[in-house]
Amino acid sequence: MIGGLFIYNHKGEVLISRVYRDDIGRNAVDAFRVNVIHARQQVRSPVTNIARTSFFHVKRSNIWLAAVTKQNVNAAMVFEFLYKMCDVMTAYFGKISEENIKNNFVLIYELLDEILDFGYPQNSETGALKTFITQTGIKSQSKEEQSQITSQVTGQIGWRREGIKYRRNELFLDVLESVNLLMSPQGQVLSAHVSGRVVMKSYLSGMPECKFGMNDKIVIDKQGKGGASEEAAGKSDLGGSGGGGGKQSIAIDDCTFHQCVRLSKFDAERSISFIPPDGECELMRYRTTKDIILPFRVIPLVREVGRTKLEVKVVIKSNFKPSLLAQKIEVRIPTPLNTSGVQVICMKGKAKYKASENAIVWKIKRMAGMKESQISAEIELLPTNDKKKWARPPISMNFEVPFAPSGLKVRYLKVFEPKLNYSDHDVIKWVRYIGRSGIYETRC
Amino acid sequence: MTDSKYFTTTKKGEIFELKAELNSDKKEKKKEAVKKVIASMTVGKDVSALFPDVVNCMQTDNLELKKLVYLYLMNYAKSQPDMAIMAVNTFVKDCEDPNPLIRALAVRTMGCIRVDKITEYLCEPLRKCLKDEDPYVRKTAAVCVAKLHDINAQLVEDQGFLDTLKDLISDSNPMVVANAVAALSEIAESHPNSNLLDLNPQSINKLLTALNECTEWGQIFILDCLANYTPRDDRESQSICERVTPRLSHANSAVVLSAVKVLMKFMEMLPKDLDYYGTLLKKLAPPLVTLLSAEPELQYVALRNINLIVQKRPEILKHEMKVFFVKYNDPIYVKLEKLDIMIRLASQANIAQVLAELKEYATEVDVDFVRKAVRAIGRCAIKVEQSAERCVSTLLDLIQTKVNYVVQEAIVVIKDIFRKYPNKYESVIATLCENLDSLDEPEARAAMIWIVGEYAERIDNADELLESFLEGFHDESTQVQLQLLTAIVKLFLKKPTETQELVQQVLSLATQDSDNPDLRDRGYIYWRLLSTDPVAAKEVVLAEKPLISEETDLIEPTLLEELICHIGTLASVYHKPPSAFVEGSRGVMHKRLPARTGSGEGTECPDVGNAAGGSAPEAAPSIIPSQGDLLGDLLNLDLAPPTTPAVLLPLLGGDIGGSPAMGAGFGAAPAVMPASLNAPVGGGLGDLFDLGGGVGMPMGAYIPPKTVWLPAMKAKGLEISGTFARRAGVIQMELVLTNKAMSVMTDFAIQFNRNSFGLAPAGPLQVLTPLGPNQTIEVSLPLSTVGPVMKMDPLNNLQVAVKNNIDVFYFSCQYPISMLFVEDGKMERQVFLATWKDIPNDNESQFQIQDCHLNSEAASNKLQGSNIFTIAKRTVEGQDMLYMSIKLSNGIWVLAELKVQAGNPNYTVSSGTRRDR
Repeated sequence: MIGGLFIYNHKGEVLISRVYRDDIGRNAVDAFRVNVIHARQQVRSPVTNIARTSFFHVKRSNIWLAAVTKQNVNAAMVFEFLYKMCDVMTAYFGKISEENIKNNFVLIYELLDEILDFGYPQNSETGALKTFITQTGIKSQSKEEQSQITSQVTGQIGWRREGIKYRRNELFLDVLESVNLLMSPQGQVLSAHVSGRVVMKSYLSGMPECKFGMNDKIVIDKQGKGGASEEAAGKSDLGGSGGGGGKQSIAIDDCTFHQCVRLSKFDAERSISFIPPDGECELMRYRTTKDIILPFRVIPLVREVGRTKLEVKVVIKSNFKPSLLAQKIEVRIPTPLNTSGVQVICMKGKAKYKASENAIVWKIKRMAGMKESQISAEIELLPTNDKKKWARPPISMNFEVPFAPSGLKVRYLKVFEPKLNYSDHDVIKWVRYIGRSGIYETRC
Repeated sequence: MTDSKYFTTTKKGEIFELKAELNSDKKEKKKEAVKKVIASMTVGKDVSALFPDVVNCMQTDNLELKKLVYLYLMNYAKSQPDMAIMAVNTFVKDCEDPNPLIRALAVRTMGCIRVDKITEYLCEPLRKCLKDEDPYVRKTAAVCVAKLHDINAQLVEDQGFLDTLKDLISDSNPMVVANAVAALSEIAESHPNSNLLDLNPQSINKLLTALNECTEWGQIFILDCLANYTPRDDRESQSICERVTPRLSHANSAVVLSAVKVLMKFMEMLPKDLDYYGTLLKKLAPPLVTLLSAEPELQYVALRNINLIVQKRPEILKHEMKVFFVKYNDPIYVKLEKLDIMIRLASQANIAQVLAELKEYATEVDVDFVRKAVRAIGRCAIKVEQSAERCVSTLLDLIQTKVNYVVQEAIVVIKDIFRKYPNKYESVIATLCENLDSLDEPEARAAMIWIVGEYAERIDNADELLESFLEGFHDESTQVQLQLLTAIVKLFLKKPTETQELVQQVLSLATQDSDNPDLRDRGYIYWRLLSTDPVAAKEVVLAEKPLISEETDLIEPTLLEELICHIGTLASVYHKPPSAFVEGSRGVMHKRLPARTGSGEGTECPDVGNAAGGSAPEAAPSIIPSQGDLLGDLLNLDLAPPTTPAVLLPLLGGDIGGSPAMGAGFGAAPAVMPASLNAPVGGGLGDLFDLGGGVGMPMGAYIPPKTVWLPAMKAKGLEISGTFARRAGVIQMELVLTNKAMSVMTDFAIQFNRNSFGLAPAGPLQVLTPLGPNQTIEVSLPLSTVGPVMKMDPLNNLQVAVKNNIDVFYFSCQYPISMLFVEDGKMERQVFLATWKDIPNDNESQFQIQDCHLNSEAASNKLQGSNIFTIAKRTVEGQDMLYMSIKLSNGIWVLAELKVQAGNPNYTVSSGTRRDR
């Protein structure tokens, strides 16, 4: 198991050091600094073995978090734990920075004592932790309060406490997708996938039992056999928007769920039921690869004119309903390292050559569907004797569209709270779809 | 107010100031001071001098302050054990506190204080806390047992904490169950055979129930523990798999990977024709792909594991090639791993796509990555024959880029392509030759020279090209020098008229001006060959070369199996068994995949047994009569084919020898023996009985007949046959050397590679007179067992190098394990009895020897000749039970029970061993 956990600043000075196992000595702290933080070359692996001691590290801005062990630990678990540790710290004091860590070092030690025991991760749900690890110190709690805390920390529903009350029961669902594309210069899709998340913000009283439904092909097909379902018809108000047209159902390659979702039930019936944590949580992540709506198409044309000049022309085409608007569009056209000057002409938006980033950045605020726009640039090059050819990095693109490129639609989210007297109809529900570019690249 | 000020630099006299502040009356000031102390401790300053003052702050109702003091205690208690005692009272008191958070805090902290005297006081509070009414306290106490065990294992056993911990597996609270499982698993690791976890269908069921309810971390503990279980049959295996598969949808990647581990392992037991088997395979792919959308560090862990899974079961991901395409912004460690997997998945169906990608990668920036991409193109050519042509043209395109390291790498792989498809792509040689000047890396230069030499007859100016290399001969690396020497000799043999001068030049450079023995030797060999018999030289130097195989970088199957059992862990990231990087006894247990069981499996396909590591099928120990309780639950290894005698050796296989894994490995050891191994092994136990011989044979150790170890064909006329014997306590290697060549052989010498039992020649090889043509000489070489040790496979394998005036020859042979049985292998009766009981059941093996017509008396006498000593004998229900002991030269004892039934030619042997730590 994890033998120790260290946090360093960018210089390699240790800010937090907590040792859990006797086999980890003080010299481990220095070993990591010398061999990894101060190492000359780029990090070649997130796992480093130095003198039979293994170091796992992750970096958040310029802070290094390192877990140390001498045993054959579960490596995936260690990284998951480090990420979790970052989440917990962020939930407590915001951004992970040297200043914040120094300001909260007592709190961090207290957290580390609680969420890692003898190197074994314990309950690390912020909701539960915040009930008894507070910066003010626990004052006098009543006996009931104490046992409520402990039962929540160890309980089956560790992520929610009892007795939550809201005057207005409300929930927000965000379907956040990032669409990834790698396209060849000829316009052939080399790989495309959508990785999506359903984020739920809920303000519900009591211990609400929720059921979530979407246009999952497997479910729809199953229901289709048994006649049209009333749920689908009745709750169409949640369906709403859509980009490329009315796809009935989508094939989900794979999905993973927040720990509140009953996995065995999903496995057996493919129904998603859960008692949500209070406030925000990422209910589900999913991945699709079939029938993705690619919101933009990038058509590059690069021509080398002699040895000192490049001509670049890039056309972008939007490919969704004309009534919808894409926002924050940015096209990044890489330029060679020996670029001396650039002249750009674009029909729409603003384009600028950024020498420090070796790229022409073309920004368009808004663009409706089924439109196209074009940029052309002349790039002057300095003659070099560098034998290394310019690698021609791909043209990348950023954007945001108000629909889900995978075609996913929320069909319903039903809430039951048997003990309190509010019904599904009393809950105010909001659904929003946002599609963003992930790694959206076209080779040129 | 912020805490960062505590990190400000210190000045002299700070300790004094702190001391004063710690003893202050004001609570706030005290707390401030303790914070300062902790901050100093963090940055590595020694503040142990403040021990008594800090401990004085311990009795407080301020929980934050208390925690800080505890933190200090955990750090410094070991250096100040006497003072640490001062804290005991507070701990004991806190363990009784009405607040469960404080009770848990106290027991958690106490376990971290590694001072003997404190641990004594810990026992009572711990016992109470293990039975506390509050689950939070119980889950903390469960981990505390593991802590205490790490400090003082004996104490934990004496106090009966292990039993209490076992009870917690049935606790009503899932987190308590998970922590108890984690603690037990860890303790069990240091007692490999204690059967602590006692996994059986009932307890497994409890774990599977808890799995649905506990935290993500708890699920990991439980899944990792489940992976150690071996289901009784395929039905149980399937039902566990069914209950584990929902975990594949968990958001936590570690839960997913641990579930994959359980499934990959238990899948081994399912019959391949089962519908469920196919379903399971399909279910595994999506979650593995999803892991690739995790953060880069986790992607890396996932990819290292996928690399193993793809080697073990390529069918799972064969359609998922695209997801392994490299993204421009992937960290380099992710890129390199993806590339590896792409090559493994490359097939005729997807090769076009793969090649297009690889070509793209070859233009990237990172040199390592580009090189690997170029190399990958070559590997595709070798792997998918249909694509070879396209690969070669892609490589040629890359050579045209003139990027130095790309060109060099391309030439290295083209050489391999030539070796795989000889006489097919020589048209490209001209292009290669154009780049001769830009090659500055030895590997690329050597590859180019090889190509020129190999195809000298088709390259008009081959002599000029090679001559140009010759100018700087002495500045080249050995690799290039050797290659150049061979290439020029090849050239000479092909075009003797024009290149005589060149060959003489290189021979004299190699033999006279070089001080590298390898180079000189090779030079002389060529020289003599060319001067004595050019025809023979042609046959030797221009002989047809064997084709290279397609997959050279696959992980060796037994290691792969072990790594599959460690999916998700560090071992799977390093691709090394835990014993390679974990110190001490922990985690060195070798894990094996379970064998397939179930209907019709034995006949279905013979390769299954091997594919599954030939693991020992577990069967009910039905042959053991009532008194067999000594032996407990034995592995029944009925591996002997009907006519040949069974072999003792494989029983000792696996891990005896210098390997530290011995203790645990024995039970699983038979895994190394597929039945076919019997024949070549030679010196088995059956042989010891020497079936042909009667009772009246002279006493003495068994000596297997001589076999040919090195045929003359392979050793330029030298034939070596031999055997091993043990005479008067000395192990002898008896060799027969025959010269079947035309010239005289002299200067014989012998050397062994490192081997399992440290065998090494005790003296030089005594061949004093030169060995003339058609002469034979018998030599006896005494061996010692003090040489360097390395585990061999098979265990009794010995790699030998024999040198004479002509060349060095290598061969390997296998020695009978019986020659390692030492003369003082007779154990005291009492010791025997105690040891026999002590041997963990897992370390015992049982098998039968068939068709052995000796009575127990004669057998006993005969075995004694080979240093297998009978300690006791008794007769039960008409069966003679012989208890015997053997001691190996490296001090390992093997105890055996031999069951002989009058009139039945079949013997039953049960044996076991134990390694003393």
